[in-house]
Amino acid sequence: MIRYIRRAAVLCLLLLAALLVNAARVQVFEARSLNNNPANRRLIIDRYDEPRGDILAGGGAVTSSNDTGEQLRYERSYTQGPLYAPVTGYASQTYGTTLLENAEDSILSGASLLLTRIPYWNNLSRTQQPGGNVVTTIKPSMQQAAFSGLNNRRGAVAAIEPSTGKILALVSSPSYDPGLLSGTGKQVADAWSRLNGSSVQPMLNRAIRQTYPPGSAFKIVTAAAALEAGVVTDVEAPTGTPDPYVLPGTSTTLPNEATGCGNASLAYAIQWSCNTVMAHLGVRIGMQGMLDTVERFGFNDPGLRIPSGVVPSNFDTRMTVDQLALSSIGQFDTSATPLQMAMVSAAVANGGDIRHPYLVDRVTTSGGDTVSRHSRKSYHRAMTPSTAQQLKQLMIDVVEEGTGAKAAIDGAQVGGKTGTAQHGMGNAGTPYAWFISWAQADHAARPAVAVAVVVEEASAERGEISGGGSAAPIARAVMEAALRH
Amino acid sequence: MTATTADAPPPDLRLPKRRGVELSLLVCAVLISVYGYVEVGLAKGGAVPPDAARYGAGLGVLALLAHLAVRYRAPYADPLFLPIAVLLNGLGLALIYRLDLETPNNAAAPTQLIWSTLGVALFIGVVIFLRDHRILQRYAYLSVVAALVLMLLPILFPAVNGAKIWIRIGGLSFQPGEFAKILLAVFFAAYLAANHNALAYTGRRIWKLQLPTGRVLGPIVAIWLLSVGVLVLERDLGTSLLFFGLFVIMLYVATGRTGWIAVGLLLAAAGAVAVSSLEPHVHSRVEDWLNPFATIDAGEGPGQLAQSLFAFAAGGTLGAGMGLGHSILIGFAAKSDFILATAGEELGLAGLTAVFLLYALMVARGYRAGLSLRDLFGRLLAIGLASILALQVFVIAGGVMGLIPLTGMAMPFLAQGGSSVVTNWVIVALLIRVSDSARAPQPEPVEPGIVAPVLEGER
Repeated sequence: MIRYIRRAAVLCLLLLAALLVNAARVQVFEARSLNNNPANRRLIIDRYDEPRGDILAGGGAVTSSNDTGEQLRYERSYTQGPLYAPVTGYASQTYGTTLLENAEDSILSGASLLLTRIPYWNNLSRTQQPGGNVVTTIKPSMQQAAFSGLNNRRGAVAAIEPSTGKILALVSSPSYDPGLLSGTGKQVADAWSRLNGSSVQPMLNRAIRQTYPPGSAFKIVTAAAALEAGVVTDVEAPTGTPDPYVLPGTSTTLPNEATGCGNASLAYAIQWSCNTVMAHLGVRIGMQGMLDTVERFGFNDPGLRIPSGVVPSNFDTRMTVDQLALSSIGQFDTSATPLQMAMVSAAVANGGDIRHPYLVDRVTTSGGDTVSRHSRKSYHRAMTPSTAQQLKQLMIDVVEEGTGAKAAIDGAQVGGKTGTAQHGMGNAGTPYAWFISWAQADHAARPAVAVAVVVEEASAERGEISGGGSAAPIARAVMEAALRH
Repeated sequence: MTATTADAPPPDLRLPKRRGVELSLLVCAVLISVYGYVEVGLAKGGAVPPDAARYGAGLGVLALLAHLAVRYRAPYADPLFLPIAVLLNGLGLALIYRLDLETPNNAAAPTQLIWSTLGVALFIGVVIFLRDHRILQRYAYLSVVAALVLMLLPILFPAVNGAKIWIRIGGLSFQPGEFAKILLAVFFAAYLAANHNALAYTGRRIWKLQLPTGRVLGPIVAIWLLSVGVLVLERDLGTSLLFFGLFVIMLYVATGRTGWIAVGLLLAAAGAVAVSSLEPHVHSRVEDWLNPFATIDAGEGPGQLAQSLFAFAAGGTLGAGMGLGHSILIGFAAKSDFILATAGEELGLAGLTAVFLLYALMVARGYRAGLSLRDLFGRLLAIGLASILALQVFVIAGGVMGLIPLTGMAMPFLAQGGSSVVTNWVIVALLIRVSDSARAPQPEPVEPGIVAPVLEGER
């Protein structure tokens, strides 16, 4: 019997040994795939288990993390959420992250190895690194000026420091409070469907994720192309353009809002926004010449990140001549983000060199030690300094004597260009009012800011006046804030 | 020349009692449990739980009373049973308390402490009043009748979570199948002790298999049918598996016929296949076992078994630390059937290995007592009780770790569940009793009647 008892004992112990082997299988060999199973909520629980690092603007945090004591513990809240939403994006337990919350997620969540002194120490000690902070280049006074200027109208503002590429203001309107999307409850789902269902699209970041036909504001690009290509050598010389101008290969005549455009010079055409002259110049520059220039300004670039992704601005690469003519005045398929148009203005202000735009100045540990700083770099050289110099003067003329008079600021040199873009079938839609500009204080060595403003549904009847009427005052307010320091 | 040998004093035949060892191990067990409890409080709330001292004192007093009972009534008992039981029970309390913190409206640890107290009280009662385990042999048939009644009673009560294994009276729920397993072990031991010759050597021989007579075989087949019947009627796969396995092991030990194991496995397989294809509740568990992530693929989120596997995986080798895991995601049975997943997540493979070794040690010591005993009933009883522990641990742990299909059973001592913890304390009391008999110095007088004197020859 002893033998049988021993065997039975061995059987029982084998059962327990099988458990140990199985435990090792689950806990060691299959652990990685189980841990990374998307249905395993531990990933997301751990993610929200620590307060998220903050996003800073002008030295103050515009985000905070609240301890809810729930399973997904720390929820994001936003101070002045609607104001900074186009910068921060949201960090939602339910809907993920967008914009800076997304692009800098590894820093904010503490996952980034940049934040650890000893690599992999946290894996070993099973502690989580506290989230780091992201210091933005946004200047709150400018952000606020742009936001107030838009005053809930649909539109966007982008402002850049031309000499560095720092994005000083990035506003989209109407906006929303990203904090509404923090958490998991029914309120969050309701807010999500309400925001998504809204006809004014408050979650659309119009400054970097929406393109608009740039209208006459695009004429600065065409003018640059004309000067670069040598089609125009003297901005004051007549261009030999008839008024009205018949689009090549068609019987369509192109009208002008302005008067005196027949055989006008480039300077006159920019100052008073002659469609005919610029369309004619575009045709003379030719497809390749236009394309070279627009791409140096940043059109058709799908890879621009600030670090949030920027949708590419479009200039078609294959067109008939009449389409090229229309494209050269910012119509047809030409479309641009407000940020792109701010870059156009910044290129002029900065002597033709576009600095790579950026929104994150540096990232720090939770204690404030800088762990990485944005390295400023050039984006493209859009044109020669002499071309830029000539355009600069043309833009100054627009503000001093032309359509952009409402952007003038005492004690500063301001250059600008208005634009009004018709859109919709047969231009039935209400127009978009554009204003792009830059400003340089009288005593300063270089321009302080380049701004692009777009206002949808500008409630004016006549094109040029609405660009100058609706958008220019907003640009002026933003520039004034930039000049004030 | 051999004078030195002849003149040497007779060797001291007194076996060491080892009560001091038991007491020091008990102190360790209580300290480890309290440490776990404090650790949970520190991890979850950043402070020592306010009632840690009271909890430690309570556990300490229970352990001390149990120890005193053993010291005075079973002084030769194996010193490992009690400390292991106290450690597992204390660890279980800490784990339940830890899970309670996430379900504030459903605190189970205080109730579990009350049941544990009751269990220790019963333990003390058994150790004090059951002077000789052989008395139980007289109540073999009473035991099996009581077991049957207990097992069949829940059929009259409504099902809970798909299984009809509970009796609910007022706010108290009670799982009579738990008690039935002790009674059945007693019956099996007594029946097989009395009939083991008839089972082994009589009856017709068909080809190579020696069949016992129908009179002897009848009750065995009846028990097998009963175990399947319990499963079908109460949807309790675990208990039927346990009873059946227990019976096969004891039959094998009593008769020494490997054929029984083969027959047992065949019957078990046939029963399992039949039931899993006929019974939807069991069928779904088999499906879960075969593909634990099916619900995820179907977009319904992870099921309990998948959550349990996630918990084990999250623990890894060293564990997340007490209170720092997320095993509460497993859902409603996290404190009972799936408590091992919390141990796996928070203590890791290291902790789980320790837990399994504790069970293995207890099982091995039960078998050790069985080997040392001289009466057949006691032997079979010790082996039966140890096998209950081993089988139960295997069935439930294998279930929650995806080794075998899941069956609703309680991890001995660890899991929340009053009837389970009380029953397990009684099992430990009986093991203490038989191990005391096994290690006591004076030869046991052979009881006349039921036990045949074949043992001497066999040893």
